[in-house]
Amino acid sequence: MTEPLLELRSLSTHYESARGTRVTRAVDDVSLTLERGRTLGIVGESGSGKSTLALTIMRLLPPAARIVGGEIRFEGEDLLQKSPHEMQAIRGKRIAMILQDPMASLNPLFTVGDQVSESLRVHEGASRKTAWARARGLLEAVRISAPASRMNEFPHQMSGGMRQRIVGAIAVACEPRLLIADEPTTSLDLTIQAQYLSLLRDLQRQHHLAMIFITHNLGIVAKMCDAVAVMYAGRVVEAGPIRQIFNKPAHPYTRALLDSIPRLTDDSHMRLPAIDGQPPDPSAPPSGCAFHPRCPQVMARCREQAPPSLTVAAGQTARCWLHAP
Amino acid sequence: MNASTAVVLAEAPRRASRRLASFPMVPVAIIAFIVFVALGANVLAPHNPEVGSLGMRFKPPAWQAGGTAQYLLGTDHLGRDVLSRLIFGARVSLVVGFTAVIVAGLLGVALGILAGYLGGWVDEVIMRLTDSWLALPALTFAIFLAAVMGPSEMNIIIVLAAVYWTRYARVIRGEVLSLKEREFVRLAIIAGCSRLTIMRRHILPNVINSAVVLATLMLGVVIVTEAALSFLGVGVPPPKPAWGLMLADGKRGLMAGYWWLTVLPGLCIMLLVLAANLLGDWLRVKLDPQLRQL
Repeated sequence: MTEPLLELRSLSTHYESARGTRVTRAVDDVSLTLERGRTLGIVGESGSGKSTLALTIMRLLPPAARIVGGEIRFEGEDLLQKSPHEMQAIRGKRIAMILQDPMASLNPLFTVGDQVSESLRVHEGASRKTAWARARGLLEAVRISAPASRMNEFPHQMSGGMRQRIVGAIAVACEPRLLIADEPTTSLDLTIQAQYLSLLRDLQRQHHLAMIFITHNLGIVAKMCDAVAVMYAGRVVEAGPIRQIFNKPAHPYTRALLDSIPRLTDDSHMRLPAIDGQPPDPSAPPSGCAFHPRCPQVMARCREQAPPSLTVAAGQTARCWLHAP
Repeated sequence: MNASTAVVLAEAPRRASRRLASFPMVPVAIIAFIVFVALGANVLAPHNPEVGSLGMRFKPPAWQAGGTAQYLLGTDHLGRDVLSRLIFGARVSLVVGFTAVIVAGLLGVALGILAGYLGGWVDEVIMRLTDSWLALPALTFAIFLAAVMGPSEMNIIIVLAAVYWTRYARVIRGEVLSLKEREFVRLAIIAGCSRLTIMRRHILPNVINSAVVLATLMLGVVIVTEAALSFLGVGVPPPKPAWGLMLADGKRGLMAGYWWLTVLPGLCIMLLVLAANLLGDWLRVKLDPQLRQL
């Protein structure tokens, strides 16, 4: 247990235009660690590089993207050194992923049973019969009622929440060590979201899964995660244990994000504070700290030099000159 | 209450679609009839289609002056029974037509999926090949191939498949390009399926609909091309009874008033092609969820 399950070391992924003239630093010098059985939340605005980070870990980037540096250590091995064939054996088996859209994640032409048993058959060479039996157990585990008859139904016969749970069942089918969930609840309505999140937590406990939870919903992060990393313009601007980040945010961006959550206890009837300005164009980020044009505490130094990752408290780091010694 | 609202909402479009996609009785009946005749040719045909009696040349159909009940639709320049030749000709048209469409379909679908899914240089090679293929005029190309390979039923099938696979490849590639961006394909990749598995299990079943529609529409084109090739003498070799061949044999008799030698096989070709096209149109509407919504 000494070594973390997943360790990203100054990982960078860039998108390059066809002639190589424009480079977008979608993931820039990201270092994160995740212990076994823990949950790491990754939050940030659209375009901050959250999803690219997830795809980088899976090594499923589109052709225009390139991993330009860093290491991905997973269970002691560097995933960047793996051949495509070895990665194929890892995906679905040791690292699983849940995508955003449950409506489209299932093949409309096959029964649910077929699809849940598919990865069992691909990765474990299980026979049709044993895979089918195990798939039924999995449907039960994700609380699908009457799993035996549901196995023979097609995706269109089910509700969005059920389909998302089936996608969850597929993800945990081969007992992966790590589950990456990329905004798994954005397309579900609120009550279903809550059910689904508690289901994910149960699955996590049962299977001793580590999870990376990508979302822009800080409420979900607070509920689900042990640690959180806040991304802005491809960089992790602040990372640390959930309590510390929520109680004592060190980066002005994190603070602004937390302030923009509506609170039921607040009777002041004030307008919610919003973050001024626009998120930066990722292909032409501002000089220095990418957040400086929107930062309320901007200093001269911020415009010139990008801050390094600074330790602000035990386990908590922030990229902000405010914390420079 | 909830369920009843849903029923009411669903009712209107469904009724419209039922009218649009109402079962095509006429084309199905025509094709069924031709298939039935082709299957039962041995029993149904009153005479041997390849042997005539020279004493009975150019007999008109039975209802015309000079016609006999023995030869219901008359005889040709060698005294062969036109009805029997039409009946056996159905066999040739169907066998050649269906086989060629299926062979072309298998080839085109396979190449289309490979090109669309793998992309990169595979796509480049297959699509440039398709483009240059399409640049050749189909009939000229078919005549050339047929002339090189020599006339036989087998060769005609190969020629037709070689000429028409490109249509499938293009359409299927286009479908695959959009399919492979769908979430369920991405999920399959994430689940660690190999590319072959994904093409076979997730892509192929989703393009079958289009392939079937295309095949039905191609059936007409292929049958006409087969008739044209036979008409030009590079198709089914005589004395086998093929409709195109009958047209070719009969064309000189047209001026002499022997209309039944050309009009009847022409009518058969037209009916079969028309039926195939109508069926194809219906299938297209039926299997296309977008059109079905209208």
